[in-house]
Amino acid sequence: MSSDVPAGWATTVSPAIHEPSGVAQLVWVRFQRHPGARAGVVVFLILVIAVLLAPLSPYDPEISSLEQQLESPSWSHPMGTDALGRDLLTRILYGGRISLMVGVLVVGITLTIGVTVGALAGYWGGLVDSVLMRITDAALALPSLLVLVLLGAILRDIDLPLLKQNSVVTIALVIGILSWMTFARLVRASILTLRELDFVTAARAVGASPERIVLRHILPNAVGPITVEATLELGYAIIEESGLSFLGFGIQPPTPSWGNLLSNAQENFLRYPWLAIFPGVMIFLTIISVNYIGDGLRDSFDPYRVLKQAGEL
Amino acid sequence: MMLLLSIVFFGLVNLAPGGPLAGYGRARRIPAAEIARLKSQLGLDKPVAVQYVVWLVGNDWMQVDTDSNGVADDRGTRRGILRGDFGYSFRNRKPVLEEIWARLPNTMLLTGVTLFVALALAIPIGVVSALRQYSKFDITVTTFAFAGQALPDFWLGLILIIVFYVWLRNPITGGPLLPSGGIYTIGAPFSISDRLAHLAMPVAAGALGWLAWYSRFLRSSMLDVIHQDYLRTARAKGLPERLVLFRHAMRNALIPLVTILGLDLPYLVSGAVFIEMIFAWPGMGLLYYQAALQRDYPVLMALLVLGAGFIIVSNLLADIVYAVLDPRIHYT
Repeated sequence: MSSDVPAGWATTVSPAIHEPSGVAQLVWVRFQRHPGARAGVVVFLILVIAVLLAPLSPYDPEISSLEQQLESPSWSHPMGTDALGRDLLTRILYGGRISLMVGVLVVGITLTIGVTVGALAGYWGGLVDSVLMRITDAALALPSLLVLVLLGAILRDIDLPLLKQNSVVTIALVIGILSWMTFARLVRASILTLRELDFVTAARAVGASPERIVLRHILPNAVGPITVEATLELGYAIIEESGLSFLGFGIQPPTPSWGNLLSNAQENFLRYPWLAIFPGVMIFLTIISVNYIGDGLRDSFDPYRVLKQAGEL
Repeated sequence: MMLLLSIVFFGLVNLAPGGPLAGYGRARRIPAAEIARLKSQLGLDKPVAVQYVVWLVGNDWMQVDTDSNGVADDRGTRRGILRGDFGYSFRNRKPVLEEIWARLPNTMLLTGVTLFVALALAIPIGVVSALRQYSKFDITVTTFAFAGQALPDFWLGLILIIVFYVWLRNPITGGPLLPSGGIYTIGAPFSISDRLAHLAMPVAAGALGWLAWYSRFLRSSMLDVIHQDYLRTARAKGLPERLVLFRHAMRNALIPLVTILGLDLPYLVSGAVFIEMIFAWPGMGLLYYQAALQRDYPVLMALLVLGAGFIIVSNLLADIVYAVLDPRIHYT
């Protein structure tokens, strides 16, 4: 190994082996040194804070104002106004709340389903494993975008208490149900490798229950790839929500989301391009910052990958 | 597997509130008697399980009630999807397969050119940036690739229209530089340049994300390869560098690309929904979008089944090609 090894690595690695909190600290140190991840975190935090501060805007996101239709960006309306005279910046901030909320919910849903399925299949094996993996394979063979559109189109007209006309929860459920498979495979694969290792055998020997072995001994060791995948999933989910809403089968107006803002812009964007430009910039900034964070996490959890790419190993 | 999926799709559509005729009721006000007649004509008054069987294998082998008088009098006419009969579109009563068939070449043209452009640019970019790792070129390209992957293609499409249709003008005619939609200028005689002008924006919007992804992918698979021992051996026995790179390194770096291509192909095709909708490109993606808007279930079902079939076939193909290209892989 030569100069490409990040400084501080060799000195921190030895105490970290004995102490689990040291590993987390080590990952954190490496993460902070990753330039892309740092920029990603900054941009993402700014976006989140801006979105949280949306109610400070002097304008209402849904009430139209017919005197102020389609105004160009100005001091009072930094991003202009839409066809119904609503302040675009305000709508984008409120839309961001919706889009990010869908993203976070999807990550929660996919994690829950994926980790459960993967853990059951990986630890119990046998029939449980083959049945669950068959289901996973079938789900992977779904043309997900097409199914998403179909579900969105069907649920748009439905009025059940929980699944109210493509609410945030509905859309998150629909996206989540179509994208848990990566987690299931990931968790299963890591359990299959880990359960043969000596420390698991030791735990079994002292009489730990299967639940305890999976939750306390195996999953913590798989936390790296799961975290990376969860970060990237946040990005995918936001893209999928905006795509679905862009087609008109996602979040329904007047509730804004980044996707349906773009969709509404389609009527007027030839003459009023800012309507299409700003919501897209927000999606772009979110996705790129999330992807950089994911990339940084991946490199921090797996330093050998960096070395391998550099040709050191 | 396909059977399982077909049951899922069929269940989804039939559990929808109002059933498959919901679209009809919304579009026009139809008297209840008319709906009942329509339902029996389309076989929708039967139990779901029967409908599924009819949809799957047809009803020309059983007696059905064709004139809605409650008495079974003749054999049915449906042959079922297993024998290539996907039924008739609710929208225009044309056979679904005919509708799909008419649009298939358009989608194949669009996705084919998109994939070709993406790969033709990504392979050299990925290889060069791996060979000159951490050079200015590599850093620029890697940054752009990261950005390219974060650009939603539907947004890129709108931006391209703003730039090339609204802002930039054709210096000769003064009209828009590029057409904003369609496959060719209506009424104009066939010309290659007209076709290419119509292809330019949809392909650019669709290809950028894939270009970014494949150049990143190829860069890392090339990096994996160039540090392998057999390359050192090849150099050590005095092969010229050109031969080492092209014959030994690139061939091995391209193998994983083939696999990933097989897995990506379905996404490429279904991604056409956005591109075709924005650029009014009359392909299967636009057909699916319109069918979803109008709840044209026979069309939706057909495209879903074909889509799932396509995914399974292309994954299988990727496996086979992988085994052919890489002699280290054996299936027992």
